Amino acid sequence: MTKTKPPVLDIRNLRVEYPLATGDVLVAVKDIDLVIQPGEIHALVGESGAGKTTVGNALMGLLQAPGKIVSGSIDIAGKPIDLRTGRTEGIVPGRDVGAIFQDPMTSLNPLFTVQDQLCEGMLTHLKISAREARARALDLMKAVGIPEPERRLGSYPHQLSGGQRQRVVIATALACDPQLIVADEPTTALDVSVQAQILKLIRDLADQRGVGVLLVTHNMGVVAEIADRVTIMQNGAVVESGPAREVLTAPKAPYARTLIAAVPPIDTRLERLPVPSEETKVTLEARDAVRRNNKKGNAERSDEVVLDVRNLCVEYGKGSLIPGRKTSVFKAVKSVSFNVKRGEIFGLVGESGCGKTTVANTIAGLVTQSSGDIDFQGNSLGGHRARSVRQSLQMVFQDPYSALNPRLRINNAIAEPILFYKLASNGAEARQDAKTLLEAVGLPGDAGLRFAHAFSGGQRQRIAIARALGPRPSMLICDEPTSALDVSVQAQLLNLLKDLRDLAGLSMLFISHDLAVIRQMCDRIAVMKSGEIVELADTETLFTAPKHDYTRELLRLAPSLERILERERASA
Amino acid sequence: MIRLLSVRLLQAILVMVAVTAIAFIMFRFVGDPVASMVREGATQAEKDALRAALGLDRSIPVQFVHFVGQVLTGNLGTSFRYQQPVTDLLLNRLPATLELVVVATVLSLAIGIPLGVLSALKPHALLSRLTQSATLVGISMPTFVTGLLLILVFAVNLRWLPSSGRGDLVDLGLWQTGFLTLSGLKSLILPSITLALFQLTLIMRLVRSEMIDVLSSDYIRFAFARGLPKSYIYSKLALRNALMPVVTVTGLQIGQLIAFAIVTETVFQWPGMGLLFTNAVGYPDIPVLSAYLLFVGFLFVFINMIVDILYTFIDPRLRTK
Repeated sequence: MTKTKPPVLDIRNLRVEYPLATGDVLVAVKDIDLVIQPGEIHALVGESGAGKTTVGNALMGLLQAPGKIVSGSIDIAGKPIDLRTGRTEGIVPGRDVGAIFQDPMTSLNPLFTVQDQLCEGMLTHLKISAREARARALDLMKAVGIPEPERRLGSYPHQLSGGQRQRVVIATALACDPQLIVADEPTTALDVSVQAQILKLIRDLADQRGVGVLLVTHNMGVVAEIADRVTIMQNGAVVESGPAREVLTAPKAPYARTLIAAVPPIDTRLERLPVPSEETKVTLEARDAVRRNNKKGNAERSDEVVLDVRNLCVEYGKGSLIPGRKTSVFKAVKSVSFNVKRGEIFGLVGESGCGKTTVANTIAGLVTQSSGDIDFQGNSLGGHRARSVRQSLQMVFQDPYSALNPRLRINNAIAEPILFYKLASNGAEARQDAKTLLEAVGLPGDAGLRFAHAFSGGQRQRIAIARALGPRPSMLICDEPTSALDVSVQAQLLNLLKDLRDLAGLSMLFISHDLAVIRQMCDRIAVMKSGEIVELADTETLFTAPKHDYTRELLRLAPSLERILERERASA
Repeated sequence: MIRLLSVRLLQAILVMVAVTAIAFIMFRFVGDPVASMVREGATQAEKDALRAALGLDRSIPVQFVHFVGQVLTGNLGTSFRYQQPVTDLLLNRLPATLELVVVATVLSLAIGIPLGVLSALKPHALLSRLTQSATLVGISMPTFVTGLLLILVFAVNLRWLPSSGRGDLVDLGLWQTGFLTLSGLKSLILPSITLALFQLTLIMRLVRSEMIDVLSSDYIRFAFARGLPKSYIYSKLALRNALMPVVTVTGLQIGQLIAFAIVTETVFQWPGMGLLFTNAVGYPDIPVLSAYLLFVGFLFVFINMIVDILYTFIDPRLRTK
């Protein structure tokens, strides 16, 4: 039976173009081939802008105007797509092709119940009664493993956790028994433990229902975990395609090799991630200049404690009717203690909601602690902070797109804090410093004349780092500095941060949910869960001999290429 | 939800106490009522007698408590000008204004929402471009100009519709309505269009921008990916989200219209509360003014409460346990 079935998806020579206002044409997808058999999970991998999402949109008929399919063919379950309309005769999106989107927080309509949203597709496509639809919805809720499915049908999206919402999204995608599911970054917005469950669910669906899955992702660990085949895309073209294991362990194309090498390994610590070096003469000279400037304040690495956090508690409460009294207190951080030594990179790791960002914000002075002490270079950080303290503590935020003022030229954005702390006597001098800093983070010196929108995400994060270095800090707080970026860009930035630590004697508080990144970066690590530190140890100790169950759990769940191969070898 | 509502109710009461205090202070500080009420050349004894009769000789807190008591029992004092109970005056005028505002609001919603949706879905269609520019004129032209133009065209030149007054009314006991007679309905047309124009523009533009926002959201993209029919997505899924701010704005606008339909009522000689208020300002008729202040305060507090309650029905996220 399965032998005679046509592939659920057969893409030949697909070319998608976007005509530009200038009259040019942007080729988003360049003549790609892609075949998915029933029950197969095919991963489509590439960095942002590679065209992987466009492929998914094209086959679902969701291409945004003015994008259009120029040539090639897409057969869904043996039926060809009409290139002019983007629709396939006999294939109904939603019925035959299901979709799973990236962010479960936004893919469900907040005003309708889970049941409404699960049933509407069935009512439209299957022509069944409301009672049948409800019964089916209940089955689906059970199938995707939502606890108390009966009650949850009546819930609204905001009453569910992120993982539960993604399960609802998957149930919706499955509602009409599709032959093909397009999953666009289905676990990127989720914590590792939830990610593991969702991935297993998708794998089971493929195995048990024979659904073909097109899995769009940038995470190699996810690919290794569940994909049968993988296609790597770059600039709209396929650079390599084949069985997942083969491609991941022995990539042939040069781009595939660099992409896979840029993935930080979780099981070993590398001095530097293997990405093309950016150390031109200009960069090195600029770094020398930065080093000379910073040396005045910062010493070499030593055991001196720069930041000492003791019994830090942070509570959030709703204001009550009576001013000054708080009701329903939420304890975001519960008695957290740790210290950071000079020149050390200290990692805080944990799942979303564990309080790691609150700790960072409290140290940075963006949130006030309810109790506990923070000592920074001998100053107690409580209420008012001396100017010198604020100058010495700088922060790099997660989202480089919103961290830069869009109406400020880059050199002015970097010069602003330099002038504010009177580290330069006039604007021209400050802009000269800005130029040096830009060169030190690997950007051309004249980049400062442009505005933020002219830069990619990775370049913006470099600018944000340059801005943070401007006031010559002794400590940098990095809150998920690379989680919005592609792997190769991430590798470059991680290398850069290490270099800066070495050259400026910077201490860093490095926050991430990505254990592999943490392992590459940090000297010591604290694992947080529900506002508490459950384990604090040297990086190597923590990764090789974790003591706490939760740490072990996190390590076990993190998808990683080496780990999966090792597991397979062990079972073989 | 009950907690939420009781908190809102408490806040509403606090606002009303503050408004009542201001209304009370108005009596005391906007001139001496005795001076304006006694006949010329009255003796001191006559003035004192009047002062005592009005209760103005007592201490201020006692007067305030008395005032609140009076307000709560529906006694808002006697108009200086008409020598009638203010409550009666207001109740006489209220139906005229309310009917006008209701018609204007219904008009602006019934036209504004579809036009807003249309111009969000088909921004380049002829109709949406036309309405975009037409409503721009509507929003930038002062109400009295619109009103006068309408009168000129439809009442003076074409003689289709009356230019002023409410036409024939039917008395329903407490309420005199113009809804039940042909001339009453005809009289409503021009003033309600005039009053609705600004609101209509506001609602249209609001719906348009909200709709554009909602249509670019993930859950609408997801609805398309599920192959749901376009009409269903637009009319049920997207519109409901887009209408949330419209509820707030319409609520506030209704309050605004009832309280300040003054210009329109003046232009069309509409015997509503706006006209009562303008006359009171000129006189100055303090009891009417302070009663008006109380009424407007109450109106806004009441409408905002209704809006909050509606919100909890529309948006499940506010219905937290």
